[in-house]
Amino acid sequence: MPDKKVTIQATRFDPDRDEKPRLQSYEIPFSDESMVVLDALNYIKSHVDGSLSYRWSCRMGICGSCGMMVNGTPKLTCNAFLRDYWPRPVVVEPLNNFPLIRDLVIDMDDFMHKLKSIKPWIIRKQEIPLGGGEHRQTNDQIDEFRQFSECINCMLCYAACPVYGLNNEFLGPAATALARRYNLDSRDQGLTQRLPVIADTEGVWECSFVGECSVVCPKGVDPAKAIQQTKLDTTMRFVLPFGTRE
Amino acid sequence: MDFESYDVLVVGGGLAGIRAAIAAVEANPRVKVGMVSKVYPMRSHTVSAEGGAAAALAPGDSYETHAFDTIKGSDYLADQDVVEAFVREAPVEIIQMEHWGCPWSRNPDGTIAVRPFGGMTTWRTCYAADKTGFHMLHTVFQTSLKYPQITRHDEAFVTKLLVEDSRCVGVVALDIRTGRFDAITAKSVILATGGLGRVYAFTTNGNICTGDGMALAYRAGAGLRDMEMVQFHPTGLPFTGILITEAVRGEGGYLLNNQGERFLKRYVPNKMELGPRDIISRAMVTEFEEGRGFEGPHGKYMHLDVRHLGEEMIDRKLPFMRELGREFVGIDIVKDPIPVRPVQHYMMGGVDADISGATPILGLYAAGECANVGLNGGNRLGSNSLPECLVFGAAAGRAAAHYSASAKPVTANPVDAMLWDEARRVEAAYLEKKGGDERIGVIREEMQKEMDAGAGVFRTRDGLSRLARNLGGLRERFEKVKIEDSSRTFNTEIMAALELDFMLEVASAITFSALAREESRGAHARLDFPERDDKKFLKHTLAFHTNALAPRLEYSDVTITNFQPQARTY
Repeated sequence: MPDKKVTIQATRFDPDRDEKPRLQSYEIPFSDESMVVLDALNYIKSHVDGSLSYRWSCRMGICGSCGMMVNGTPKLTCNAFLRDYWPRPVVVEPLNNFPLIRDLVIDMDDFMHKLKSIKPWIIRKQEIPLGGGEHRQTNDQIDEFRQFSECINCMLCYAACPVYGLNNEFLGPAATALARRYNLDSRDQGLTQRLPVIADTEGVWECSFVGECSVVCPKGVDPAKAIQQTKLDTTMRFVLPFGTRE
Repeated sequence: MDFESYDVLVVGGGLAGIRAAIAAVEANPRVKVGMVSKVYPMRSHTVSAEGGAAAALAPGDSYETHAFDTIKGSDYLADQDVVEAFVREAPVEIIQMEHWGCPWSRNPDGTIAVRPFGGMTTWRTCYAADKTGFHMLHTVFQTSLKYPQITRHDEAFVTKLLVEDSRCVGVVALDIRTGRFDAITAKSVILATGGLGRVYAFTTNGNICTGDGMALAYRAGAGLRDMEMVQFHPTGLPFTGILITEAVRGEGGYLLNNQGERFLKRYVPNKMELGPRDIISRAMVTEFEEGRGFEGPHGKYMHLDVRHLGEEMIDRKLPFMRELGREFVGIDIVKDPIPVRPVQHYMMGGVDADISGATPILGLYAAGECANVGLNGGNRLGSNSLPECLVFGAAAGRAAAHYSASAKPVTANPVDAMLWDEARRVEAAYLEKKGGDERIGVIREEMQKEMDAGAGVFRTRDGLSRLARNLGGLRERFEKVKIEDSSRTFNTEIMAALELDFMLEVASAITFSALAREESRGAHARLDFPERDDKKFLKHTLAFHTNALAPRLEYSDVTITNFQPQARTY
């Protein structure tokens, strides 16, 4: 079908000119069954309207840049296939719950600060020298934290989180999952340093366990589980102050 | 005008750049480091590396065999002193990454596991399942957050290097969010901007891989070395170009033609699927031309078959490949063969830099894919690029910190003037220009098609000459480009124009370097000169920027220490 078309409705917003965002409609050729929403945006930018702004890079679901709302659901646009929406129009909007910079580009500085606040690095009382070789760690020990290390920082979970939508002081799904990733790592001894941030009132306790974060995660991370485990952990710290590992 | 000033400024936030920033701080805790990147660092293309990182760590491995494999893989164009230093440093860097938290896959005794890889004679590729680059990048980025000496400028695009009296003193950067031009001065600058795959249409590289650092250094007067050496990876998914890792073959996958035959027996009989990338890519194209490829809606392809490996092994060692197959092709690699064909993947060539990353411009360093330190020669072995980023990123960081400790401070006056000139240049060329009628996207697509056709797996004088002419035509059309976006806020069309400008520069360096190398070596395969010619071309190509389309070419000697060139058979 050489003439197949698809309608893309994309958010346009230029803070220098516009009071509020609006949707602009583009009809473009749906020339290949393999086309994804990102391909459609790229077609628009190359051939129809060079001013449409959005972020993207790897187009293989690993760099985390191209998250947007697609027909109301947070998606990586690089693997949201047009054939799954066609013949209905595809509405592409910036991720929910974030300040809007321009068109489909959100401001994610808040997450960058939150990421740093949970100290996402290995903390040890005493470093072993490089000459001492690697820490021994079994694949089973890696399995303890593996899923939480798969977070690509794409922000879909924050866009889906109703609590973050109401209170952006909430540490939120990805940052909690990453704190969990380090707390569960057999090489790490930093739990007590991270606790003040994650066990704070704006830390995990805000979560009302809707679980949408885990539903939308494109990488199979379960931030809701991380949050629930962290709640349990912090409670246990009060009851049992001498855990096996700091 | 006020501006940020650093001791060391890193351009690029991928593995090499972040490693350099940390190394600079660890070499001298008083050093003030800036890091400017056009994307948030965790978006950098390191994230897409899959298979692993080579280092002689395993019992029974040796520096000598890693060095020899690398040199033979390079078709003897690597500088052997650089390779020998690299293989000694790589294991240290892998351990350092482990201490920083990289989730390396492990042996049953808890030590770091290794897997086989192409062109390596023993198992030496460390891996984190099949998302090694992703895990390394996030590990090193998250670790970098603990250093207060490192200040990041995320989403700022460097348009020019500030060079005063032949000394690099910083950059001019466009802040993407505000549209403001800033001078970011520094006693030393490290380029770590990655590759240039987007000059090709069919590439594994992300949208951001546009050769920026190479073009910046080239325009500032540094040489680009061995730019004809472009790696084509044998196994990309048709249409998207998504990389299917070499680890699929390392773990035992078969490459099959349309006869169901492991055709590599005719090309690399002793290594089969574990041959080097350049030779396997040529073998595939040859098979296609002889009618033994599958025909698909997106061109010819081969089958990469892992069905015999079993679900348990695939899920443990290649889970991301299963995910990519399911998400992007609609197949289950446990039950279905994977369609693959050769795809542009990596740039061996880059900014001429020595073993510590120093370029001929005082205060300017380069590391990672954007640099050519002499490690990869004519063909990089798979899993050498991640340790390359670590080893040479760290080396450049240390060297830049050391140099900066005694370098003169940067003076404000000429910097102000240079900033003003650069901001005016970009605004006049793109924002204020009227009457242009050429679309950036159209010129870019034509350049990419031309590069695929003229500077691909096989090259000829006719094809390269036609490519050179057509690049000249595209450069002229680029001067008439039309910018529809007049906003100052997150103007990605200006970014695309600046990137295309850079890509046209590096595309021309590739083309003319390839035209002049009248032999076949490594990834540079000339149908009209099918043999390697050590008498004439055991040399590095150096391309220097001129005001014309064609660069000025020079040649320099290859450093040979212990391994005399011999026939390269596998």
